[in-house]
Amino acid sequence: MSSSASGSIALSSGSTGRAAPRGAPSADGAARARKLGVRTIALGYLALLLLAPVAMIFYRTFEHGLTPVWNAVSEPNAQHAFWLSLEIVAIAVPLNTVFGIGMALLLERGRFKGKALLGLLIDLPFAISPVVIGLALVLAYGKTGWLGDWLAENGIQVIFSVPGMVIATAIVSLPFVARETIPVLRELGTDAEQAASTLGASGWQTFWRITLPGIRWGVVYGVVLTTARALGEFGAVSIVSGRIEGETQTLPLYVQARFENFDITGAYTAAVVLALLAFATLVAMNLLTRRTRAETIA
Amino acid sequence: MVGARGGSVLGKGLLGIYLSVLVLLPVAALLAKSGTGGTSQFWREISNPEAVAAIKLTLIISAIVVLINAIFGTIIAWVLVRDEFPGKRIVNALIDLPFALPTIVAGVVLLALYGKGSPVGIDVAFTRAAIVLALLFVTLPFVVRSVQPVLHELDVSMEEAAESLGAGPLTVLRRIVLPSLAPAIISGVALSFARAVGEFGSLVLITGNLPFKTEVGSVYVFGQIQNENLPAAAAVSVVLLVAALVVLAALTLLSRWRSKHVL
Repeated sequence: MSSSASGSIALSSGSTGRAAPRGAPSADGAARARKLGVRTIALGYLALLLLAPVAMIFYRTFEHGLTPVWNAVSEPNAQHAFWLSLEIVAIAVPLNTVFGIGMALLLERGRFKGKALLGLLIDLPFAISPVVIGLALVLAYGKTGWLGDWLAENGIQVIFSVPGMVIATAIVSLPFVARETIPVLRELGTDAEQAASTLGASGWQTFWRITLPGIRWGVVYGVVLTTARALGEFGAVSIVSGRIEGETQTLPLYVQARFENFDITGAYTAAVVLALLAFATLVAMNLLTRRTRAETIA
Repeated sequence: MVGARGGSVLGKGLLGIYLSVLVLLPVAALLAKSGTGGTSQFWREISNPEAVAAIKLTLIISAIVVLINAIFGTIIAWVLVRDEFPGKRIVNALIDLPFALPTIVAGVVLLALYGKGSPVGIDVAFTRAAIVLALLFVTLPFVVRSVQPVLHELDVSMEEAAESLGAGPLTVLRRIVLPSLAPAIISGVALSFARAVGEFGSLVLITGNLPFKTEVGSVYVFGQIQNENLPAAAAVSVVLLVAALVVLAALTLLSRWRSKHVL
């Protein structure tokens, strides 16, 4: 794009005469050298910070062949951690999807007092440390917390068990679906919805037939981000889970425990599993952005 | 229409309960806990020397990290928008890796290359440099992703006009490009800062959590929870939360003001 731009500069300055014909090629060369320099800095920074460390862990994991990796993967605690992580994601992500769409509709289509406050509330989890979220949950739902006595009387255990871990995971991944859906909803406008309801469609019919199909790629993109964040959550879950091996240990917690027990192969293998899931997320994100772009052009 | 309205009332009610369980109630419990002993106890908790050191370290390192982010994030965004090279699409996709990668994995990954037994002979484990490195890793996408779309929309003809009038590349950068990008850079910096102040997962393994040396705020809070010293944990939590919110709000306002007054 800009190589043609610099070409047009050379042309236009050539037409004004003076020293341009001699100056242009060397200026062009300097511009090219500058561009190459900037490119080297950017790519070098990314290689040192991102690519080399991630490549290194893949190398270290598979350094001694597949047998140790296979042994690490079939470790019962690793298996348990993996399935527990999936279980938590399977509860937290659908909840955040449904409520995320609801929040987006309310923020974009609703008219009520305190709308700005609601927007702030939804974004709050992005500004709070996961550790602080964990602490807040202990203070609200723990044994000595606000609802501790009431929960104990009713036989509900939140902290140090799965419900608390689901709540913690849902909080940290709360904003994604709403944040990704709101701009799409704005773009979509209300014309089609109004037409549908003038023609006698009920609120539900309009939502299922008009609104949801219109925003689906935004929602899906939000779901991908929510899933990635939920799978990787560490700090908040670390506090509310109690980190009991084989019981309340998710895959990220398992990575930490193995690493601290000097079981490097176990830690690296679990980390590689999580990294592969992260790469799958990146691929999904890219396919989705290309899809939406193609749809907006069409 | 009546049915729809009834449905939306039910929906709003459920949404209210969901947000209360997830956000309102826990945050209220946190604020209440930090204030149970009155202001004097709150003050005593946060003026504990170890807490002061942790908060100070968090703020200083976060400031350093966002400064580096502002510079390299802008350079990377520039290369991704204005440059063409093979594999650019892949590089562009990789920028989001730190958001997709679990934070604990980020810590393990950085230690594999820059920790003990490093194949390149660099060992930053248990140092403040390690904190900077980990925070740079996890906050990388913020500035890049907020500058990229603005740079994409930026009209090249202004820069061309300035160049044809004899402005050097540095002048064009300083007088034309940077002023237009400033709001985007600032908002990326604000998000990076909020994230850096609260970051925990990527720091757990890499810093060694040495009090007064590498113990940041979130790690201090975690330690106090483990010691069952919840008032101290709550007080420092509130300080971290307020710091993140104040910087976020201030920079968002500044970014809005800049975009109104420059363009």
